[in-house]
Amino acid sequence: MTELIRLSAAALAQKLVAREISAVEATQAHLDRIAHVDGGDDGVHAFLHVNTDEALAVAAEVDQARAKSEDLHPLAGVPIAVKDLIVTKGQPTTAGSKILEGWHSPYDATVIRRLRAAGMPILGKTNLDEFAMGSSTEHSAYGPTRNPWDLDRIPGGSGGGSAAAVAAFEAPLALGTDTGGSIRQPGAVTGTVGVKPTYGGVSRYGAIAMASSLDQIGPVSRTVLDSALLHEVIGGHDPNDSTSLTDPLGALVEAARMGNVDGMRIGVIKELQGEGYQAGVLTRFQESLELLRGAGAEIVEVSCPNFEYALGAYYLIMPSEASSNLAKYDGVRFGLRVVPDGAPTIERVMGATRAAGFGDEVKRRIILGTYALSAGYYDAYYGSAQKVRTLIQRDFDAAFKQADVLISPTSPTTAFKLGEKLDDPLAMYLNDVATIPANMAGIPGLSLPGGLADEDGLPVGIQLLAPARQDARLYRVGAVLESLLEASWGGPLLDRAPELRPDALRSGGTADRVETSTAGGTN
Amino acid sequence: MAMATEDILTFEEALEKYDPVLGFEVHVELNTQTKMFSSAPNAFGDTPNTNVTPVDLGLPGVLPVVNRVAVESSIKIGLALGCKIAEKCYFARKNYFYPDTPKNFQTSQFEDPIAYDGSIDIELADGTVFTVEIERAHMEEDAGKLTHMGGSTGRIQGAEFSLVDYNRAGVPLVEIVTKPIVGAGARAPELAKAYVAAIREIVKNLGVSDAKMERGNVRCDANVSLKPKGQEKFGTRTETKNVNSLRAVEHAVRYEIQRHAAVLDSGIAIIQETRHWHEDTRSTTSGRPKSDADDYRYFPEPDLVPIVTTEEWIERLRSELPEPPAERRKRLQQDWGYSDAEFRDVVNAGVMSSIEDTIAAGVKPAVARKWWMGEISRRAKVADVEPSELGVTPELIVELNSLIESGKINDKLSREVLDGVLAGEGTPTEVVEARGLAVVSDDGPLLEAIDAALAAQPDVADKIRGGKVQAVGAIVGGVMKATRGQADAGRVRELILQRLGVEG
Repeated sequence: MTELIRLSAAALAQKLVAREISAVEATQAHLDRIAHVDGGDDGVHAFLHVNTDEALAVAAEVDQARAKSEDLHPLAGVPIAVKDLIVTKGQPTTAGSKILEGWHSPYDATVIRRLRAAGMPILGKTNLDEFAMGSSTEHSAYGPTRNPWDLDRIPGGSGGGSAAAVAAFEAPLALGTDTGGSIRQPGAVTGTVGVKPTYGGVSRYGAIAMASSLDQIGPVSRTVLDSALLHEVIGGHDPNDSTSLTDPLGALVEAARMGNVDGMRIGVIKELQGEGYQAGVLTRFQESLELLRGAGAEIVEVSCPNFEYALGAYYLIMPSEASSNLAKYDGVRFGLRVVPDGAPTIERVMGATRAAGFGDEVKRRIILGTYALSAGYYDAYYGSAQKVRTLIQRDFDAAFKQADVLISPTSPTTAFKLGEKLDDPLAMYLNDVATIPANMAGIPGLSLPGGLADEDGLPVGIQLLAPARQDARLYRVGAVLESLLEASWGGPLLDRAPELRPDALRSGGTADRVETSTAGGTN
Repeated sequence: MAMATEDILTFEEALEKYDPVLGFEVHVELNTQTKMFSSAPNAFGDTPNTNVTPVDLGLPGVLPVVNRVAVESSIKIGLALGCKIAEKCYFARKNYFYPDTPKNFQTSQFEDPIAYDGSIDIELADGTVFTVEIERAHMEEDAGKLTHMGGSTGRIQGAEFSLVDYNRAGVPLVEIVTKPIVGAGARAPELAKAYVAAIREIVKNLGVSDAKMERGNVRCDANVSLKPKGQEKFGTRTETKNVNSLRAVEHAVRYEIQRHAAVLDSGIAIIQETRHWHEDTRSTTSGRPKSDADDYRYFPEPDLVPIVTTEEWIERLRSELPEPPAERRKRLQQDWGYSDAEFRDVVNAGVMSSIEDTIAAGVKPAVARKWWMGEISRRAKVADVEPSELGVTPELIVELNSLIESGKINDKLSREVLDGVLAGEGTPTEVVEARGLAVVSDDGPLLEAIDAALAAQPDVADKIRGGKVQAVGAIVGGVMKATRGQADAGRVRELILQRLGVEG
């Protein structure tokens, strides 16, 4: 069983197709792993809800279909975890917030429909910062997720649950959402792969909105190829999302299998290194550049001078949109309703519900956004921020004239300690300085493990960026860099992660098939 | 219910001192199959909260998708109002918390409406034409419907709780906004009514709305301000909300002019606010303060892409437009040969389309007018409904008319036949049979009745024989009385004259 959970999705899929293992076995192995490492005080706590019965039922259906030699999707039977910001029928969806505690969506997100159509069992819903607002999962109303590399450290955020689940071998694949780095930064600090597709490349229908013009669903995995495989399942046009692109996705899996970067120009973004970046991060980053150069890529330096304003502009646009998107949580139609004492007018019910249901970070952003959109301030704040957005797009346009793909560290630092930045929102926000520009411009980005920082032995992420609709380039370069790095390490980076709960593991096998009813798993 | 406690001036006094300035915001509900941003049915009168999808309830994760037909209807309205159509326009979010608005923002248009800068000519009852400038027509979604329970008034004040029905939430609306209308003077109330009637006619004629004011398909917010005669600067305005009949629009504007005048006369400033219209007292009461600085925190709707209108698209829609109402009226009057006065009466009675349909079904224009302006209008007035709402079909009039022309019934009987048909007793022919209303056409019984009548009034018979043919009416009357009206008066006259050997 331990072997099984360490397989990549691609390898697992092959064994399923070859009938070496069944989908039920594969799903059960991951459920067992979740039961083993996720719960308890020092558990990973990647999951808010574990979907045991449905996942096994879907797996059994896949096995039956395979027994009858029916046509199946190549990933049929490969289980997956889903960030709890994406709505699912039959399971609760909380967005990491008390305001949605116990709420069940009556409809499936488009990406969930596509997972179901592919026969992929959904293992459960993963933890996140409330409404995806944060870089550490510490803003989850249901408690933080822990980094499998060091349980005292953050797994990144907002999608720390999905990244940790994949890093802890609780799931081979997961879905995340990325508004300012929420897929890529957790990937970087947990030694996993995360991709933010081109804006519009994956339907947002059913992803609970934080900032509509920035949000994007994307794959989380342990290998570049696995992300490409999942990207092809979830991507493509959706008539339910007006911002969904109509053009074809491109051959992503093929790109991941291409195996060369000969003659590709890779641009190093001058502004995304140096001050504020941890030394160990920069060392690993330089090594990756050397490996790519050695593989025949041309390394060039590009400048994106307006990135300086990206963070500031992001923290106007994102809260502005969020303040409007989160207005619907008022206790009238669904979710938490708090009726105050005395004469409960609708205004007082709405106020009390929102006061009790939202956490501090969510309130902070709603207040910021409400202010930024107010008459008299709109032009100075929201208007100026949109202009910065245009400037950032122009920086990228210019950079992509000089380079096919851009490269930078994903995050300036490795995983920080739980609680370390909780009282300093600005320090927390700075963690996303390298990932935010891609969201502002709508371009795709990928983070892959670049090794461990010398000073703390924690994973470092390498970020690749491509022009809009050129997601395939990320997979091409990412897969080559991944194979060069793994060759230099003598195996996947996660092989070097500490074993979780080794004692229990020796005693266990499949014996401790405990259903983890983790916090927030309200039914 | 509502109390009209405020002082008002007489209308004449008000107009002596002040010039009214009007402005209208008319909301038109489109009759698309589905809603503005979802696939839920756009239907009236269904069980509450059944015509909803996750999008209409604003559930977490949902996204809007624009209804193309609604956009086309909006463009058609814009074209019919002589507006320019935006090459590119955006939706915007109007943010405010209210439980009838599922997302707590309304998806609307703000800086760039789909149609702008138009005008329409409004014909008043005496034929004067007044041009009203249109500032913009923009697309938005309707809110749900709140029903306040437990209070005595049905209003939110005093209610214990409120019920909300989201069937209407997301129904496509076009809001048509005029520029300030200056110079209407004493005709302001009439113009107000005529303007809303014209908008209603246009959208009905376009086929883009059911245009039933009683159902809220067309809703009017009427802005009124006064300025002292000779002053350029506009006064402070009030906005009387949801005035939902043509008569009410006229009365509300008249009332607000009188009220403003009284307030201004007493040296008090008008408060910029919304006003509620009360049909029972024909007066308005204060609503909520409304300042130009109401902060809805508008920003471009990031979940929707801009609407780009191509030249071909607009031209195709333009080619689908029906004949403009003014031209149509001109053509119909000519075709039907009505005098100016006759035609204006027809228009004012709201029966032009009914007459058109009736003529198309096969009766002469004069006959159609006689029915719609006569018996049917009379009945409508009694029942307090529109003539078109009585259930009289063109086919029914054709059949009644052919029964009259063939002499089977006469005018008087035809009213009884109509009663029977409207009471559901069957077709006119069936009613004639069932009620035994056929005109007596067998000359035998008629001749008996004529002889009896002549015998009863020998002096009259002598006069007729002596050449005073006009005296025949008295004998005809006697015969009609004797046959309980079931005779053809024309035939009776003929027979009397024959009997007396006189040439008619």
